[in-house]
Amino acid sequence: MGVSETLLHPGVTTGALVAVLGYGVVFFGICLLLIVVTVMGKVMMNSQKKAAAKAETVPAAPEPAPAAPVEKPKAKGTAGELKLYDTDPRDAALIMAITAHKLGKPINELRFRSIKEVKEK
Amino acid sequence: MNILDTLGKLAAESGFAGFLAAGGWKNLIMIAIACVLLYLGIVKKFEPLLLVGIAFGCLLTNLPGAGMYHLDMWDAYVAGTSYTTAAGEVIEHLSFTDIIHEGGLLDIFYIGVKAGVYPSLIFMGVGAMTDFGPLLAYPKSLLLGAAAQLGVFVAFFGAILLGFTGPEAASIGIIGGADGPTALLLTAMLAPQLLGPIAISAYSYMALIPMIQPPIMKLMTTPAMRQVKMEQRREVSKTEKIIFPIAVSAFVILLLPSTAPLIGCLMFGNLLRECGVTDRLSDTAQNALMNIVTIFLATSVGATMVAERFLSLNTIKIIVLGLVAFAISTAGGLIGGRIMYRTSGGKINPLIGSAGVSAVPMAARVSQDVGRKYNKTNYLLMHAMGPNVAGVIGSAIAAGFLLSVFGG
Repeated sequence: MGVSETLLHPGVTTGALVAVLGYGVVFFGICLLLIVVTVMGKVMMNSQKKAAAKAETVPAAPEPAPAAPVEKPKAKGTAGELKLYDTDPRDAALIMAITAHKLGKPINELRFRSIKEVKEK
Repeated sequence: MNILDTLGKLAAESGFAGFLAAGGWKNLIMIAIACVLLYLGIVKKFEPLLLVGIAFGCLLTNLPGAGMYHLDMWDAYVAGTSYTTAAGEVIEHLSFTDIIHEGGLLDIFYIGVKAGVYPSLIFMGVGAMTDFGPLLAYPKSLLLGAAAQLGVFVAFFGAILLGFTGPEAASIGIIGGADGPTALLLTAMLAPQLLGPIAISAYSYMALIPMIQPPIMKLMTTPAMRQVKMEQRREVSKTEKIIFPIAVSAFVILLLPSTAPLIGCLMFGNLLRECGVTDRLSDTAQNALMNIVTIFLATSVGATMVAERFLSLNTIKIIVLGLVAFAISTAGGLIGGRIMYRTSGGKINPLIGSAGVSAVPMAARVSQDVGRKYNKTNYLLMHAMGPNVAGVIGSAIAAGFLLSVFGG
């Protein structure tokens, strides 16, 4: 299927029409995408808020039976959100393990935001 | 055996004799252009990863007698006419198999451009390298990516006025999208005869963004606007980042099916990056695959810079229109930025609008640099990354539209 003669050699009017239509289509597509992304963001934020609220209520729940212990909710920020600056992942793992040991707390109850090597000047 | 005859035959068959043949001087000019491009790539570091390959492809294709790229063969392929091989055999309708049999090395490389494979694979790498987090944190920045496509359509219209055909004008206009792979894909599909000048124009202007954009940014914003400090945006969850490429692929491809190769590959690359279980594939897409494809893409695009096609008035027109497209796209993004500055009550710095042209991350860096010049405490980079990656999507949609109109 070829291009019609009107489109192969468009005049000024056809050219202007295609240009305006094209710019409009880009905006239309982007606007629809904006709606999709905004809705997606709102749904995600709501579900995160619900999950956070649920996590806060779990410690208040009655003690589970010893035979079937309920797993404690993981602390926030343990899903790969840790930022490393000039730090080897192996060293970071060691630092986190030592900190948890010193504090006497399970590592999943601690929140590490970032680990940065402080270089001596 | 007559030694003089033999030496004479060798001299007549050598490439040097080709320079003395009719039009041979044009090859010398193209070799000089290749050397200038090599200088710009190696010494001035203008998009060296692509420019060095393009320049070397240009050098190889213009050496008489090398036979690495056959312009007449590709013309016959595009027009669907018969082609006579060196052995005198006539092939009615060339296929890629015929080209592999009869063509040179750069003809074989060029099949990847013509089939749209290389630009799509480059897009996969771009997707694997891109963090869409800033865009997800502030989705309205998508509008700046759309606004900055203004240059595409103004340059398209300008090209029509200058006498180019519709498909040629569409290929020239897309230079304003500031997106190399998109420009190459569209041109290979619509106007392959213009691939060389369009590639050179697109990549040269992308390299010159730090020089082209700041004067326009200063012209279109006030000092008070440039000093606006933007607030920190929300953190984007991992789940959101995983769903985004899936949703965008499905949504944009359903809206404009002709964007499928570009958007599909861009979002697949991004999914590899974000899903967290394909780190090796993401690494390959970002590095090894990207580098390999860049070599093939650059040399085969350079090969299309054949003297008889490149040295024409059209090349000068394309270079001028390319600059117009870039400048107007920047202005379009800034107009969008100014509108958002007004509607947000002065919370949005309009300088991030210029990053809507999709040269990632160069355009965002320019927004950052200009912003910091007027307010030392300003840090616009992450805010500008939103419009910048939105520009990639915007230019892909623009290309999809032009392809569906002029692709037949």
